[in-house]
Amino acid sequence: MAEKLALMRDAYGETLVELGRRNNNIVVLDADLSPSTKTSLFAKEFPERFFDVGVAEANMISIAAGLASVGKIAFASTFAVFGVEKGLNQFKQSVAYPNLNVKLVTTHGGISVGEDGSSHFCIEDLAVMRSLPNVTVIVPADAVETRVATRAIAEHFGPVFMRLSRPKTPLVYDDGYRFMGKELKFEIGKSITLREGRDVTILATGLMVAESLLAVQELAKEGIDAGVINFHTIKPIDREAILRAATSTGALVTAEEHNVIGGLGGAVAEVLVEENPVPMVRVGIQDTYAESGPWRELFAKYGLTSSDIVKAVKKVLKRRGR
Amino acid sequence: MTPFDQKTAPHDERLIKKLSEIALTIRRNSLIMTTKAASGHPGGSLSCADILAAIYFHQLRYDPENPNWGGRDRFILSKGHAAPAFYAALAIAGFFPTEELWKLRKLGSMLQGHPDMRKTPGVDASTGTLGQGLSIGVGMALAFRLDGKDNRVYVLLGDGELDEGQVWEAAMSAAHYKIDNLTAIVDYNRQQLSGCTEKIMNLEPIVDKWKAFGWHVIQIDGHDMKQILDALDEAEKIKGKPTVILAYTIKGKGVPMLEKLFLAGDCKYHGTPLTETELARALEELYG
Repeated sequence: MAEKLALMRDAYGETLVELGRRNNNIVVLDADLSPSTKTSLFAKEFPERFFDVGVAEANMISIAAGLASVGKIAFASTFAVFGVEKGLNQFKQSVAYPNLNVKLVTTHGGISVGEDGSSHFCIEDLAVMRSLPNVTVIVPADAVETRVATRAIAEHFGPVFMRLSRPKTPLVYDDGYRFMGKELKFEIGKSITLREGRDVTILATGLMVAESLLAVQELAKEGIDAGVINFHTIKPIDREAILRAATSTGALVTAEEHNVIGGLGGAVAEVLVEENPVPMVRVGIQDTYAESGPWRELFAKYGLTSSDIVKAVKKVLKRRGR
Repeated sequence: MTPFDQKTAPHDERLIKKLSEIALTIRRNSLIMTTKAASGHPGGSLSCADILAAIYFHQLRYDPENPNWGGRDRFILSKGHAAPAFYAALAIAGFFPTEELWKLRKLGSMLQGHPDMRKTPGVDASTGTLGQGLSIGVGMALAFRLDGKDNRVYVLLGDGELDEGQVWEAAMSAAHYKIDNLTAIVDYNRQQLSGCTEKIMNLEPIVDKWKAFGWHVIQIDGHDMKQILDALDEAEKIKGKPTVILAYTIKGKGVPMLEKLFLAGDCKYHGTPLTETELARALEELYG
């Protein structure tokens, strides 16, 4: 069966328009990347509520803070590397610290940016944003989840960081946020168990959710029954789900398109170490800078494919003792 | 007179006398607060005291009984380290009792080292890391315009703060969006933490810079109350572009022993409070 692909960015832009129609207080900012982030869709329908500040991310984030302090729900978008790093102190001081209603939604997270290369990659956003008090961190797994996540963060009061991807990516969910025929509910902080497994649990986020589902099929051929949990929320992390998986399978693998330091793997390890230190292995970028290239090839070179997850599962099972 | 219609008072001698007396109290309390806290920034608090007096006791609409009143104007202390002067003004305005001032920077105090909108009534933006206040003000001004409201936004910047690139990003965007419901004021005391601005990072030609960024520029003596009041009025009348008031001030203003040190290029009292002995002498000089 050919995989279905879709752009998270389209889903984001279209959902912003839908939200904008329902709520006059939604305003959107961008830093000269609206055709890419798809905030251009909102700009077209609501030009008076859209502010393109030019290539000035720090200014964008503080302006968003000002708008929010007067009661607006401010969505600010650019690429992850620019939004997180060029406006970090602004986000911390003028948004996170005073707990203002700003949603920093960045596209082009991770290395799936591809050909643009390392200057445009962001493999540290989750670690950075996760360490800021008051900030909720969301990473949808596909375009369908992006739609429900965008609605959810608009409803949620407070600062949010959400990471989206550049390329068309495999759809994990069917329209209407359904998985294997079952309609799901998106709740911030509540992970989604896509598959229960007896032997091992894969905890994945973002594009690695689809890779994890592929890994499950490969593992099944070798008689390994793996479960998959989608952690669309990195913070607050779903502690209960982690501990349930630790108890039921006793071996965990985390998978993320992020440095292995400080992201989902870090968050899961923190919970395990304090509560139930079962063996775990982290799949992610091994603390290195990647390079230009087609994103699928980059995933293969930098250890982010289903076969890397398979290897990690075997490693963790060996450690647990099978 | 209620706080809401204080702006109607004419700029006569009576008003100027009242505001000058308030400025004196702001200076006095800023010095006492920082000495009691054994930390804080006296120099830049003294240089902006007259501006704060004019803004809080003539220009700004607010209700100390209801700090979150939607009709209030917004003031942002972008040079957040002048918090002592700001807090002194807020206490006089009635946002909290004067006794709170003596707890500045102490554990559990509502008065943080730098302004905190979640802890202090009357504070509308959390600042302290320089360069962000003007951008926040632009956001507020845009929100008021979107809502068709006539609230005004005032942003007080330091001169050293103008070294921050973000100030110029904000300046460019304010002109681009033709924001005229915001007034920026620069406390141009020509001294920053480690020396005079001319030596550390020259700001001149400062008037040309703001004009080139599309702003209406008013230059005043930042310690002449009549000039401050007139400039704030003029700023409100300028339509279609933002206005900046360049207030030429003296760091340590009101206390000759401090003024002399700063003028000689000794910036110790930028971020160091007076000792108890120095404070006693400074207060004598202040009222002398």
